Amino acid sequence: MIVVNKNKIKDMAENLYESGAGRSLWKDARIRFIQNKAATISLFILLAIVSFSFIGPYFAVWNYEQIDWNAMGSAARVGMPSIESGHFFGTDDLGRDIYSRVIQGTQISLMVGVLGATVAVIVGTLYGATSGYLGGKTDQIMMRIVDILMSIPYMFVLILLLVVFGRSIGMLFIGIGLLSWLDMSRIVRGQTLNLKNKEFIEAAKVTGVSDFKIITRHIVPNLLGIVAVYATLLVPGIILAESFISFLGLGVQEPSTSWGALISEGAGTISYDTEWQLLFPLAFFVVSLFCFYFIGDGLRDALDPKER
Amino acid sequence: MSDHTILEVENLKVNFDVSSEGDMPWTKPKKLQAVNDISFTLNAGETLGIVGESGCGKSTLARAIVKMVPAESGEVLWLGNDLLSLSDSETRPYRKQIQMIFQDPLASLNPRMNIGEIIAEPLRTHYPKTSESDVQARVSDVMNKVGLLDNLLNRYPHEFSGGQCQRIGIARALILKPKLIICDEPVSALDVSIQAQVVNLLMDLQEEMELALIFIAHDLSVVKHISTKIMVLYLGNMVELANSDDIYQNPSHPYTQALISAVPIPDPNIEKNKELILIEGDLPSPVNPPSGCVFRTRCHKAQDICSQKKPEFIESSKSHSVACHFHD
Amino acid sequence: MSLLEVSNLKVEFKTTDGIVSAVNNVNFSLEEGKILAIVGESGSGKSQTVFGMTGLLDHNGSATGSVKFEGEEILNLPNQKLNQIRAEKIAMIFQDPMTSLNPYVRVSNQMTEVLIHHQGLSKSDALKQSISMLDAVRIPDSSNRIRMYPHEFSGGMRQRVMIAMSLLCRPKLLVADEPTTALDVTVQAQIMQLLADLQKDFGMSIILISHDLGVVAGNSDEMLVMYSGEIMEIGKTESLYAKPTHPYTQGLMSAVPRLNDSEERLTTIPGNPPNMMKPSEGCPFSPRCNFANDTCSNVSPILSKVNKDDHYRACHVATEEIL
Repeated sequence: MIVVNKNKIKDMAENLYESGAGRSLWKDARIRFIQNKAATISLFILLAIVSFSFIGPYFAVWNYEQIDWNAMGSAARVGMPSIESGHFFGTDDLGRDIYSRVIQGTQISLMVGVLGATVAVIVGTLYGATSGYLGGKTDQIMMRIVDILMSIPYMFVLILLLVVFGRSIGMLFIGIGLLSWLDMSRIVRGQTLNLKNKEFIEAAKVTGVSDFKIITRHIVPNLLGIVAVYATLLVPGIILAESFISFLGLGVQEPSTSWGALISEGAGTISYDTEWQLLFPLAFFVVSLFCFYFIGDGLRDALDPKER
Repeated sequence: MSDHTILEVENLKVNFDVSSEGDMPWTKPKKLQAVNDISFTLNAGETLGIVGESGCGKSTLARAIVKMVPAESGEVLWLGNDLLSLSDSETRPYRKQIQMIFQDPLASLNPRMNIGEIIAEPLRTHYPKTSESDVQARVSDVMNKVGLLDNLLNRYPHEFSGGQCQRIGIARALILKPKLIICDEPVSALDVSIQAQVVNLLMDLQEEMELALIFIAHDLSVVKHISTKIMVLYLGNMVELANSDDIYQNPSHPYTQALISAVPIPDPNIEKNKELILIEGDLPSPVNPPSGCVFRTRCHKAQDICSQKKPEFIESSKSHSVACHFHD
Repeated sequence: MSLLEVSNLKVEFKTTDGIVSAVNNVNFSLEEGKILAIVGESGSGKSQTVFGMTGLLDHNGSATGSVKFEGEEILNLPNQKLNQIRAEKIAMIFQDPMTSLNPYVRVSNQMTEVLIHHQGLSKSDALKQSISMLDAVRIPDSSNRIRMYPHEFSGGMRQRVMIAMSLLCRPKLLVADEPTTALDVTVQAQIMQLLADLQKDFGMSIILISHDLGVVAGNSDEMLVMYSGEIMEIGKTESLYAKPTHPYTQGLMSAVPRLNDSEERLTTIPGNPPNMMKPSEGCPFSPRCNFANDTCSNVSPILSKVNKDDHYRACHVATEEIL
């Protein structure tokens, strides 16, 4: 006859766990993220670039709109990158310091990317979560609106807006912001639909938790993972869009500049032996984008629940 | 209705609209009769076991009682009040008294909340003014009741095994001291040895707190062990209802008889010499159920009357009801 | 010579957290025409044992030891040779027939493909044989049904199709990994009855993997109980049920609710299923065992004979104390 030993259960439990904070899923994800070398290195590089854009100006000799009359017109001969002249990255054809202009461009491009992504994330998440949770006809209508908006040729509309209402950073934000939340809303809606049927949501409903609390306490925290991943992937997308617009000449207004504008100028003078005008902004642009993609990928792997 | 009756379900019907693949968007969807005219009563401290195979509607029945799915018609009388006629906000206070535990132990817990928060949620929802220390005390208390050490408060669901997750779910269900817990396949996903732990726990709690249980499962052995009376469902219809021992010793409905004979008993001598009552054929489509008695297409006793007249659910002997024209 | 002889079978998996030992030192043999049941809960290693035997492990798994089928070593053979053996000599059916059958291909094509490839039959002959095999597994209207797609069959029917497919080449050994776990109990009864009848007609041996002690009781000659990748007890089914000599087997038998019994409480096995990440020294069951002593947690028990009946168990505690 087996005698049930209650003390055995207590002992076993005590041996298995020490008191203290549990290993939340965020901690797990953080550990997995750190194990992903590409993502961690990218994170550091990106942080370096961001700090460069804040600290860099303290080392600048020229500011971004000052014209060096010596180099004007003769950039190929005199405007090369050098420490003595103070033009660390060289000058452009107008004699402006590329080092400072790259810093300016970094600030603007990153700001557009991050702010634009933030707006897209907030609008997209709220829209998608509401649509998904409410379901039924409301969901159908809300998603059809998204479908219609998505079928609009993005670039075309953006260019139209900028030409009609004039070029400004504000207009750029509005144009990009209007359309970049659409993808996010679809993704969030899909995830919400998935979550809605999970048993812990059912459990909350049976307990009598209000709809509002269900959305805020149960649905949104479980959305954050996927939102974080796609947000990191949205930023490069927005930077690319802005760069393309600036490349076309419709982006930020002079003397302000962005990576796209700098690349455009640099590409234009490439046959005149002034490679540095293209290479420096291009390098920052490409490296930053790669970093965002690696980080986004790393986040996706880290937050994937199946990886348990 | 006796003094101890807490739940009375009367003529409950639940339908779902289903549309087939080739339908046009304007075609009227067909009706799937998930739950068809079910009635029963439950007394305080009793356990009603509901058994049936896939498509019998047992899960839908459970959800209809707690208003997770809309009922087509019928009444759900909880302590005399018809829950189905109440609005959502009017139903809310009753939710303190009726709780539920689910089949997938891990999925029934929010992965982003620690178990202390999960267990405290019902308490904070219905009694938001409770002080933090009182909440903690209640949570510790109920965790001890289900055999969990309270230093595990800060852990997250994925750090626990299936059996422990189910205990957390039970703790959450108990914190408001309900009168009824509906258990939807609570042990099907657990190993045999853990199953036994959870079943014993539920029975102990039942005795201690005068809890009523509705225990839904497809494993007849487990259901018979824990239930006072058992209801057998087939394709959304009640087929037989009797005390647990009675159902096993005197099954009257051909389906119940086949079901019992099919349950394997862990004893080679019994199994190898058993006379199996096999039901042939497939489950009919619930969108197009057979006329008259829904079981007739697979019943070895079926006669003409079975297709013409639906058998009524009547009491054949004391506390034993069955729906069959030719019951034993 | 036994049909199947497994010696010192070990299965390990390389994971990011280290090497996990799923199966540790498994030995057993199977005679022709006999049914062996492998019983265990999650983490017991019962499925990984047969996957290791037939070369079906995940890419990060490796199997060592010896598996002799009809006297010839088949463990870790190259895939080409294994493919031949798998259909013609050893067949497998799994728990979920939906994932074992290709949803895009008609059943007829899936079945005839086996016969054409392995036995060189013509298309029409292959079709004829496939239809008669569907009859053997009692699928009504087989000549029409065979042209359907897997999703058009019910769960029980699909499992029958699976069984029919596995028997096409008349294998000597059929391995069934939890074949009825996903099925309703009445369908389960049909399928187990079918397997028993087919076994009598075709004379093959069967390895039946299950966690359900009821299914195993009525459908096996011999039984192997596994826990945490090791064999706890092995012997004739009747003896193990009548007098389980290992504490784990005894615990399992007491923990299962029985339809024909009205005990007040189920006897439970305390604790939780084993954590495969942390291998134990000594007997893996000792943390949960009511009879465990100091030796048990430090020294791994070896399989030793219980009586003259080919009944073995791995336990330090004397049999008399357990019974």
